[in-house]
Amino acid sequence: MSTLSIERADDPMAPTASDHSSGRRRRPRYGTHLFLIVMAVIWLIPLLWGFYTALRPQQSTIKHGYLSFAGPFNFKNFTDAWSQGGFATSFKNSAIITIPSVLLTLILASMVAFAVSRFNWKFNVTLLILFTAGNLLPPQILAAPLFQLFKHTPLPLSVSDSGDLLNTYFGVIAANTAFQLGFCTFVLSNYMKALPTDLTEAALVDGASAWRQYAQIIMPLCRPALAALGTLEVIWVYNDYFWALLLVSRGDRLPITTAINNLQGQFVSNDNLIAAGAIITVIPTLIVYLVLQRQFIAGLTLGASKG
Amino acid sequence: MASTTSAGSDTTPGRRRHTPRLTKRDKTVLFVMVAIPTLIELVLIWLPTLASVALSFTRWDGIKLNDIKPAGIQNYNYVVNTYTPFWPAVQHNVEWLLALAIIATPFGLLLAVLLDQQIKGSRIYQSIFFTPVMLSLALVGIIWRLIYDRDYGLLNGVLGTAGHSNATDWLGDSKINIWAAIVAASWKHAGYVMILYLAGLKGIDPSLKEAASLDGASAWQSFWRVVFPSMRPINIVIVVITLIEALRAFDIVWVINKGQNGLELLSALIVRNLIGEGQDIGVGSAIAVVLMIVSLVPIVWYLSRVFRKGADL
Amino acid sequence: MAPQESAPSPLGSESGLSRRTVLKGLGVSAAGVAAAPLLAACTGSSNKTSSGSSSGSKTTTVGSNYSDAAPKTAFAGVISAFQSKSGDTAKVNTVAHNDFQNNITNYLNGSPDDVFTWFSGFRMKFYAEKGVVAPLDEVWTKISPNFPDSIAQASTAADGKKYLVPWVTYPWAVFYKKGLFAEKGYQVPTTWDAYIALAKQMKKDGLIPIAFAESDGWPAMGTFDYLNMRINGYQFHVDLMAHKQSWNSDQVKKVFDTWKESMPYHQAGALGRKWQDAADAIGSKKAGMYVIGSDQIAAQLTGAAAADLDFFPFPAIDPANGQDAVEAPIDGFMMSKKGAGNQAAIDLLSYLGTGAAQMTYLGSNKADVATAKDANTTGYTDLQKKATQFIGAAKQVSQFLDRDSLPTFASNVMIPALQKFIQNGTFDTSGVEAQAKQLFANP
Repeated sequence: MSTLSIERADDPMAPTASDHSSGRRRRPRYGTHLFLIVMAVIWLIPLLWGFYTALRPQQSTIKHGYLSFAGPFNFKNFTDAWSQGGFATSFKNSAIITIPSVLLTLILASMVAFAVSRFNWKFNVTLLILFTAGNLLPPQILAAPLFQLFKHTPLPLSVSDSGDLLNTYFGVIAANTAFQLGFCTFVLSNYMKALPTDLTEAALVDGASAWRQYAQIIMPLCRPALAALGTLEVIWVYNDYFWALLLVSRGDRLPITTAINNLQGQFVSNDNLIAAGAIITVIPTLIVYLVLQRQFIAGLTLGASKG
Repeated sequence: MASTTSAGSDTTPGRRRHTPRLTKRDKTVLFVMVAIPTLIELVLIWLPTLASVALSFTRWDGIKLNDIKPAGIQNYNYVVNTYTPFWPAVQHNVEWLLALAIIATPFGLLLAVLLDQQIKGSRIYQSIFFTPVMLSLALVGIIWRLIYDRDYGLLNGVLGTAGHSNATDWLGDSKINIWAAIVAASWKHAGYVMILYLAGLKGIDPSLKEAASLDGASAWQSFWRVVFPSMRPINIVIVVITLIEALRAFDIVWVINKGQNGLELLSALIVRNLIGEGQDIGVGSAIAVVLMIVSLVPIVWYLSRVFRKGADL
Repeated sequence: MAPQESAPSPLGSESGLSRRTVLKGLGVSAAGVAAAPLLAACTGSSNKTSSGSSSGSKTTTVGSNYSDAAPKTAFAGVISAFQSKSGDTAKVNTVAHNDFQNNITNYLNGSPDDVFTWFSGFRMKFYAEKGVVAPLDEVWTKISPNFPDSIAQASTAADGKKYLVPWVTYPWAVFYKKGLFAEKGYQVPTTWDAYIALAKQMKKDGLIPIAFAESDGWPAMGTFDYLNMRINGYQFHVDLMAHKQSWNSDQVKKVFDTWKESMPYHQAGALGRKWQDAADAIGSKKAGMYVIGSDQIAAQLTGAAAADLDFFPFPAIDPANGQDAVEAPIDGFMMSKKGAGNQAAIDLLSYLGTGAAQMTYLGSNKADVATAKDANTTGYTDLQKKATQFIGAAKQVSQFLDRDSLPTFASNVMIPALQKFIQNGTFDTSGVEAQAKQLFANP
C-alpha cells in the first residue's frame, strides 16, 4: 500500500478510477453545483475584493464609497506601493532567505532520512520522533532562548555588521532550516523506506559506499518527493512571518511577508495602497501555485503531518 | 503520507538476506550525515525549548544575562492568578480549536466528498478552495482587514452600515473580533483539510464505496460506516493538524492588533512578553511552558501512533 | 517500521570513532555547507561601512522611527545637511514607528545602530540604568548652552549623567478646528462642566463630540494622564507612575468615574480605530474635539485642514490643580553602547543638539517644536508658536504614561486594562494593582 499511496498522493486532483467505472449514475446534481458555486464565489471574494480595491484611486473610493463601481481604474496604487513600500528590497530579502533555507533543509533532511530509513539503527525511531516533534511545537515556545542564543553567537564583523547572528540573513535561514527540518526528514524517511531494499543492497554487494548509495541511487529516486517538498518549503519559508519578526529589527533586511505588516503602519487609512501591497505579495505564491500546483499538493499530502 | 509509515520493509524480503557489513568509512560518513542535522535540531529547537522551561522559573528583563534571578513558581502564580489576559487567551485558544474542529474541518471534509464525486468542473472548484492555503496567515489577516474594516470594509458596506455610528466593529469589538479572526483562519484551514481528504478519498478502493451503496445503505450511512473509517490515517493527521493549528494561531491576530483587546491568544501573549517593549522573559516563558505542555498532548498522541512498532496506520 | 536486523549499526560500539574525528568531520562538512558564495550573499549589505567603535570613524548609523512620509523626508534632510557639513556618512535605518518602540528591548539588546531615536522620561532612564546606552557627557559639553534647565533635567538619568540629545517636543491637548467652532458659535471650555456641556451641544448638532481611537493601545493614555493630573494633581500622577501610590485607590477610581461620565460623547468603536482615522474625523469636521498630541494630528492633517487646526488645554477639574500640568513628551536621540566612542556618531549627536539642525527638520514637519533655545523660530506656524508658548508656560510637564512608567507595566498591563475599560466601562483597579505589585517589586 505504501508505494501506491505515494503515487496517488502525487495528484489527488486527478480523476480516480471511480470516475471511469461508475459512469452509469450520471444524473446532474443541481443542488451540489449550486452549493459549490456559492461557496466558490464566497471563497474568491477576499482576494478579488483586495484586487478591486487596489485598482481604484483612494480619492475615488472616498468620494463614492468603497462599495461602488465608479472609475477610474488603474495600477497607480501598485506602482506607488512598490516604490514607497520598498518591495524590491523585501523581495530580494525573501529570495536570499528562502532559497538557501529550502536547499539546506532538503539536503540535511535527506541525509538523516537516508541514514535512518536505509540502515537499521537502534536510535532511528528516537531520532525521527525528535525531528517530527520539533516541527510540531509552536515556534513561540523557543523564541526567547533562541534570540539569546543568536545574540551570543559571535560572527566576524566582515560577515555580520552586528557581530552576531541577529539582524542577519544567516539567523533567519538557520531558524527556518531548523524548524522545517523535522517535517522534511519525516516525509523523506517514509519515502525512502518505501523504496525497495534490493536496490541498495545490490549496490552494497557491488562495494558502493554509503555516500554513493545516497547520492547516486536514493536521491535520484527521491526526485518526485524532493520536487514536491521543495515547492512546499519554498511557499512555507516565503510565508514565514515569525522568525524574521523575532530576529530582524532592520527594516531593510525584512523579508516580504514580515515587511508587509509595516505597510499597514505606513499606509494607515489608505486601504487602497494596503490592498495593492497585499496583492503584490500574493503574486509570487500565485505563480508558484499555477505552475507547480501538482508538486505543492503532492508535498502536502505526502507528509500531512505539518501543522 | 502517514500511510507510508507502515513501510515497505515489512514485506520486503531484504531483511532476511545477509547484507555485507559497512566499512569503517561508511560508518563515519553515515554518522556525520546524521550528526549534523541532529545537532542543528538539538541546538536550535530542543535546547531553546528546555531553556524556556528553565527561564520560566526566573525573573528577567531580557537585557543582561547576569540579571537573571531565580523566582520559583512566582511567574506561574502571577500568570494564572494575576495576569488578566491569561484566561481570556486560554478561552480564545479553546474557541479557536472548537471552531476549527466543529465548523472548518467538517466543511473541508464536505467539500472533499462533494468534489470526489464525478462532478463537472471539479478541478476548478478545487483550485478555488485551495488558493488560500498558499497564502501566509499574515497576509490572510491583512486581506481580511479590507473586508472587516468598520468604516470602509466590504462587509459593513454590504450590510449598509459602513460609516454609521451603529456599524459593527468586526475587528475592534472585543466580543466578536476573535470570531472574525477565526473565520479568516477557517478560510485557509478548510481548503487544507479538503485537499488532504481528497487524497484520502482517492486512496479508497472504489469497489468499497460501491459495495456499501449497493448494500442498500444510504449514501450517508455508507460514508460514515465504510468510507470514513477506512481513512483512519488521514483522520488522525487531520485531528493533529486541527489541534496544532489552533495552538499555533498567531500571525493573524498579530497582524490585526498584536493580540490584544479580545484577540489574546497564548502564542501572542508569549510574544508580547518576549519581544514587546515590556519585556518580561520569566512571565513569557511561563506562558510558553503552559502552551508547550498543552501542545505535547496531541504531539505525543500522534507520534505514539505513527511510530508504534508495527503499527498499521 | 520493521528494523533491517542484519544491517550493522553505523554507530555500533565497534565503530571506534573517536570524538575528535567526529568533530573534525563535523567541522569540515559544516564549512562545506556554508559555502563561500552563500556567505557573501548572506551578509548584510552594509558591512563595509560597519560601525565599529574605532575612534576617528567617518561613518555612523542611525536607527529611526520616523517612518511616516513627512517626518521621514524631513529627517533625511537633516542627515544630508549633517553629511555635507561634516563629510561623515550617516546611514539611516528606518523602522515603522510602532514596531520600533515595540522592538526596542530586543533592538538595544541585539545589534542596535550607533544613534537611535528615543524619548525622555522613565523610558530613557530605564535603559540607562540597564547599561545598554552610552552617556553623552562629551556631547553635552558642546550642546548644553543650547538648552534650558528643564530640558537638560529631562535628559538626565538616575546616575546624574545625560543620556539624551533632546530633539523636538509637542503638546498633548484638546484639538479642534477653529472654523467649526466659529461656524457653530462654540466657546473653548476651560472647566470640565463646560467641556461636557459643549460635548452635549455638539451631539445635539449631529457631530461626534470627542474623536477617539484606541486600536494601537497607547492614545487613550493621554486622556488618562490629563484626567489624573487634573483630578489628583501632578505629584500624585508622578507617584502613581512610579507605583508609589496604589492603583487600587479612591483617587484612581475617581479618574475612571469622571472619564466614564464623558464616555457617551466619545466616538464609538474606538478599539478598532487607528488614531489617524480619528484625526481625519476632525479634519473632515465630523468630530468636534480630540485629545491627542500635535505630533500626531498636525502631521496627519494637511493643507487647509491643517491651517484651521487649533487646540485648547485640557479642562480643569479640581480648581486646586487648575490647568497647570501639561503633557509634552520630548523626543530625542540616544547612543547605544555599541556606538560609544564612534566620533562620527558623537559629531552627529552634537549637530542634532543645535537649533539649526532642529529647524531643518521642522522646516518641512510642522507638527512639533524645537527644544533648543537657539532655534530660529521665525518660520513657525501659528500652531507651533502657540505650542511653544503653551509648553513654556506650564507649571509642570509630564511625558506620557508609557514614557513615565515601567515599560512592562505600560505595555502589558495598562493597555489591556484601558481597552477593557473602553469596552465595558469598568477599570479593574485591584487587578492592575496586583500586576503592578509584581512588576515593580523586582525590576
